[in-house]
Amino acid sequence: MATIEVNGKAVELDEEGYLTQLSDWSEEAAAILAGQDDIELSDSHWEVIKFLRDYYDEYQIAPAVRVLTKAIGKKLGKDKGNSKYLYELFPYGPAKQACRFAGLPKPTGCI
Amino acid sequence: MAKAKFETPAFRPYPVIPIIKQGVMKDSRSFVAKPGMQESLGYPGELVDNWQEVAINKLGELLTKYRSLRVYLDTCVKCGSCTDKCHYFIGTNDPKNMPVGRQDLLRQVYRRYFTLAGKLFPKLVGAKDLTRDMLDDWYNYFHQCSQCRRCSVYCPYGIDTAEISMAAREILDSVGYGQKYCNEIIEKVFKIGNNLGLPGPAIRNTLEGLEEDIKDETGVDVRLPLDEEGAEILFIPPSADFFVEPHVDGLIGYGKVFHQAGISWTMSSHASEAGNFGMFIGSYENMRRVSMRIREAALDLKVKRIIFGECGHAWRVAYAFLNTLAGPFDFLDQRYPIPQHICEFTYDLIQKGALKLDKSANDHRRITYHDSCNVARATRMGNKPGGQFVIPREVIKACCNHFYDMPSDTIYDETYCCAGGGGLLTDELMEVRVKGALPRMEALKHVVDNHQVTHMAMICAICKSQFTKVVPYYGFDMDQIISVHQLVGDAIVLEPNDRS
Repeated sequence: MATIEVNGKAVELDEEGYLTQLSDWSEEAAAILAGQDDIELSDSHWEVIKFLRDYYDEYQIAPAVRVLTKAIGKKLGKDKGNSKYLYELFPYGPAKQACRFAGLPKPTGCI
Repeated sequence: MAKAKFETPAFRPYPVIPIIKQGVMKDSRSFVAKPGMQESLGYPGELVDNWQEVAINKLGELLTKYRSLRVYLDTCVKCGSCTDKCHYFIGTNDPKNMPVGRQDLLRQVYRRYFTLAGKLFPKLVGAKDLTRDMLDDWYNYFHQCSQCRRCSVYCPYGIDTAEISMAAREILDSVGYGQKYCNEIIEKVFKIGNNLGLPGPAIRNTLEGLEEDIKDETGVDVRLPLDEEGAEILFIPPSADFFVEPHVDGLIGYGKVFHQAGISWTMSSHASEAGNFGMFIGSYENMRRVSMRIREAALDLKVKRIIFGECGHAWRVAYAFLNTLAGPFDFLDQRYPIPQHICEFTYDLIQKGALKLDKSANDHRRITYHDSCNVARATRMGNKPGGQFVIPREVIKACCNHFYDMPSDTIYDETYCCAGGGGLLTDELMEVRVKGALPRMEALKHVVDNHQVTHMAMICAICKSQFTKVVPYYGFDMDQIISVHQLVGDAIVLEPNDRS
């Protein structure tokens, strides 16, 4: 099982690079996971990551893409409330890559 | 999570039989299921010590249970007709991705343990022992088959590789060697109700947001009801329709169709998934457990009809097996097909003139249609042969002025799979998925070049997700993939409805 080192502590990842324990997440862990995909987290990334984590707390699932784009659009303006903007931030797809950085389980299914 | 390193196949000037490259896909392997997932489905958590004995006994059991399996394993005459018909062989050149090569992995073992000649003179009849290498080959190559059944169209004996691949997967599950992607999903259906793991409150929240979006865009209150007892119709979408693009625009399209039909309908948080991965793993028992949720929801909500959304393999399970798995449906209105496909429903409304459609709303699009494998080769729509090809196309043509079919040997029952079906829609199989998409991408390029096609429409959640991921490898844009019911939704002229 792969691990990453976060503040001197080993944190376990599953075979797809997602945290195995929700409680292991920290901002440092997010930055390290993003670094593995050659992404440096900006404020724009953090907006999305924080929304995902709050939504997950309430619904035990990441938000559907339209829920996410709508929330981002309300906060940052309509020009950013679309999946094109999200794909610019998370080129591998907001659903999977952003969840990974946010420490949430990988969404499964026909997606 | 970094992008896998492999070369995207080049478009071929004309189709040729691929040159064989032995074993090139041997290491392309999907993740193995975790013990908890296995156990939720009624299988051993991990590979059992006496796996060889268990596997052979299971094969014996399946041979007795499914006569077709024995016939398929006995009748191949190695004529070669199937060899270049599989998109995975075309894209990967690995001979174990030839349909006959794939079948032979199981056939060799069958001969060794279940035929007299194979027991006495294994070498003479190509019979082989079930070794660990063979078991691993089963795992790898039976998870490089999307069970699309294109090969069976060309087989003079009608050997169905999908059924062989389903049997192999059931054997693998029964020895504790299942696939993570499929089994994790089936476990989620049992625990939460759908492949995605969307709990009821999340579905409700998502639908409310979409209702607002429709109202903002059209000014009309179109409802997307959930768990409403007494509705006429129970509608079952694939859960991806709630969650991702372009699927979600199809969901909005269904809502607009029901709105204009003026008929009461509901979705269910209990049966919030059309898909049924029990079929992919060849497990009658798991397929039945997943199907039962639909029966339970129909009874609880006291509906009269059941309609399925745009999900390819779901329609195969629904059309071909639902009545046996979860019937009898004597409590539903017998005047309508049980179950019905959303394309049939929309087509009927169009025929009756009950939908006002403005084709010019889609004038910025030039459309082609991808026949999804399970719909094309395992089901029907309407009451005429070939309805599963004609009805979706007629629906599109009623909504769009510009429609062009791909070359004739790549559509209808000769359609090429999207290369992500049958439990292969998982990231670690990206190389197989991209390479297997080659023939469909070549056909798409043909209509793009010759008819300036801008969009490929389809009625399957897996196809939509697979294509949005793989078309960029071939120089297309993910936005070119579209739901049939998005085209319908965009063309519908909405009127306020008293009942909504």
